[in-house]
Amino acid sequence: MEIAIISGKGGTGKSSISAAFATLSGKVVLADCDVDAANLFIMFNPTHEEEQVYMGGQKAVIDYSMCTNCGLCVDYCRFGAISFLNGRVSISEILCDGCKLCSRICPSEAITMIDSDKSRMYAGTFRNGKMVYGRLAPGEENSGKLVNMVRDKAKKMAKAENIDTIILDGPPGIGCPVISTITGVDHVVIVTEPTISGLHDLKRTIEITSKFNLKTWVIINKYDLNNEMANEIELYCNGLGISIAGKFTFNAQVVEAMVQCKSIMEYAPESDFATQIQSAYNMIANGKIISKRN
Amino acid sequence: MIKPSNIKIAVASGKGGTGKTLLSTNLFYVLQQQNCNITLVDCDAEEPNDRVFFKGTMLKSLEVTQKVPVIEESKCTFCGKCHEYCNYNAIFILPPVKIIKVIEDLCHGCGACSVACHYDAISEKDVLLGNVNCFSIAQQSTVIEANMKVGVYSPVSVIKEAIKEAGNSGIIILDSPPGTSCPFIQTVAVADYVILVTEPTPFGLSDLRQSVETLKTMNKTCGVIINRAGLGDNAIYEYLKQEHIALLMEIPFDKDIASYYSKGELFVKYKTEWEQPFISMFNSIVEKYGDSNN
Ligand code: SF4
Ligand code: SF4
Repeated sequence: MEIAIISGKGGTGKSSISAAFATLSGKVVLADCDVDAANLFIMFNPTHEEEQVYMGGQKAVIDYSMCTNCGLCVDYCRFGAISFLNGRVSISEILCDGCKLCSRICPSEAITMIDSDKSRMYAGTFRNGKMVYGRLAPGEENSGKLVNMVRDKAKKMAKAENIDTIILDGPPGIGCPVISTITGVDHVVIVTEPTISGLHDLKRTIEITSKFNLKTWVIINKYDLNNEMANEIELYCNGLGISIAGKFTFNAQVVEAMVQCKSIMEYAPESDFATQIQSAYNMIANGKIISKRN
Repeated sequence: MIKPSNIKIAVASGKGGTGKTLLSTNLFYVLQQQNCNITLVDCDAEEPNDRVFFKGTMLKSLEVTQKVPVIEESKCTFCGKCHEYCNYNAIFILPPVKIIKVIEDLCHGCGACSVACHYDAISEKDVLLGNVNCFSIAQQSTVIEANMKVGVYSPVSVIKEAIKEAGNSGIIILDSPPGTSCPFIQTVAVADYVILVTEPTPFGLSDLRQSVETLKTMNKTCGVIINRAGLGDNAIYEYLKQEHIALLMEIPFDKDIASYYSKGELFVKYKTEWEQPFISMFNSIVEKYGDSNN
C-alpha cells in the first residue's frame, strides 16, 4: 500500500505527519519525494547504502574559439537566453532551458550541451525500515523524473524486504513533481491548515487529485488555531465527499520532537497528538470511515 | 520615513510554509502606508495567495501561453527528424505503423521540431499555462499575481511574465516560490537583495543552508528573518554568525499572529508596534542595495 502525504502549500506540518506515519509500528519504506527540499533524512539519519546519479537537464555553452559571432543562435532561442553582451554572443545559464536548438543550428558547431549530473538519489536503512530520498541540485528543473526514480526504488525495496507499506512525503505545490508523487498511489492525504490561504490551496490540490481519480483524505492540522475556518474546510470536504482523516490540535511538542530529530510517536507516544495520528492512520489504512459529529 | 527608491527584494525560503507570504504581505502593507510606489509580485504560481490579504480592483489579467506543435499527418513522412530534435521527448513516433503524437505536457515550446521538419508538416498552436493578474490596492500600489493553471507541469513561464509585468520602477517585492530549483532561481535572479525566511528547527536550518549556498553561486546578498522564534533550537543563530549573514528580524511564535493570518488579515494592522521594525529593516536594505539597475 502506498500512502502519499501532500499539502499544497508547505509548512502545514506535512513532514512531521509523514515522519509520524513512518514510525507507528510495522516496518515501512519511507520515500521523501520533496526532492527540492529533502528533510526527513535529517530526522532519521538513514545508512548510506546506495547512491545514484540523476541526470537532470542540459545547458548550452559556447566555445569562443569556434564562434564567429554570427548571431544566428540569438534568433533561434525562444527562451531569450542568448544575447549580445558587450558585442559578443553569450548564453545566460539561468535562462537557458536546455532545448539544444542553438547547438543544432550553429553553422560553426561552436555550441555544445553540458549534462547536469549533480542531483542524487540515496537509499538506506533507518530505524523503522528502509528509506529513499532524492536531492535535486539547485537551479535544476524539478520535472518529477527524480521523484519517479525515488518511487521506483521504494517499490523495489518494499518488494525485496517484504514490506507492505510505503509512505511518500510529497513536495509542495501542484506541479509536475506532485503529480509524479501521487500517480497510482492507494491513498493521498492532504494536510491543510485552518487558514483562508489553506483552504484556497486545498481547493487547487483537490482539483489535481480528483483529476487523477485518487482516494483522497484531508487532515486539518492545528485546527484549533481557527475553529471557524476548520469547520469551513470540513464542510467543503464533506460537500465533495472527501473524508476528513483527522483534526489535529496545535502542539508545540511536534517542534520539540523535531529538534531532537524524533517523530512525535518516538518523542511523546502518550501525547494527544500521537493518539490523533494513530487514529487517522487506522482510518486511512483500514478504510474505516468513522463518522463523527463535532 | 522611506526615501523613494528603486529596488527589487525577493522574499524566499528553502522550505515552504516558513512565513514567506506572511512577511511579504505585511512588509508590502507597511511600505504602502508610507506612500511609496510599490508592487508586490506573488511568484508562487502553483499556490498563489497574497491576494487573499488585500482588497483591490483587478486592473487586468494577461494570459500566458506557450507554443505547442501540431503535426499535419498528411504531410508527415515519418522521417523522425522532429523526434530526434526534441530534447524533452515530447514527440512520440512509431514509423512502421505511421503513428506520430505530440505529448503536450512534456513540450517546452522550444520550436526545435518545427526547425527540424523538412516537409512543412509542423505548425504551432498556443496553449494556456496560466494568468498574470494585476490588482490595484491603492494609489501607486499594485499586487501582481502569477497564477498557474491547475494541471500545468511547470510554473516558470507564468512567473517570468509576472516579474516582467512589474517593470523596474519603485519598490518591488517578489514573494518567491519555495525550494531552490528553477522557479526559485528565475525569481531571485532579478532581485537586488534576498530576504530568506526560516524557522529555528533542524529542517529550517537545512533548507536555509541550501538557499544560502545557491544564492552564493549567484552572487546575491541575503539576510534572514527567523519566524516562529522561540519554538525550536539555537543552531540557526550559530550558523548565521558563522556565515556572517545579517539577522534582519525575529518574529516570535504568537497565536495572535497565526490567527490574524488564518483569517486573511495583516497582523501589522493590529499590532502596530511591528511597523517600525519593518521600516527600519527596509531602510537598512535600501541604503546598501537600492537604486541599482538590476
Ligand atoms: S539550449 Fe535552447 S534554451 Fe538554451 S540557449 Fe540554446 S536555444 Fe536557448
Ligand atoms: S516545441 Fe520543442 S519541446 Fe515542443 S515538441 Fe517541439 S521540439 Fe519538443
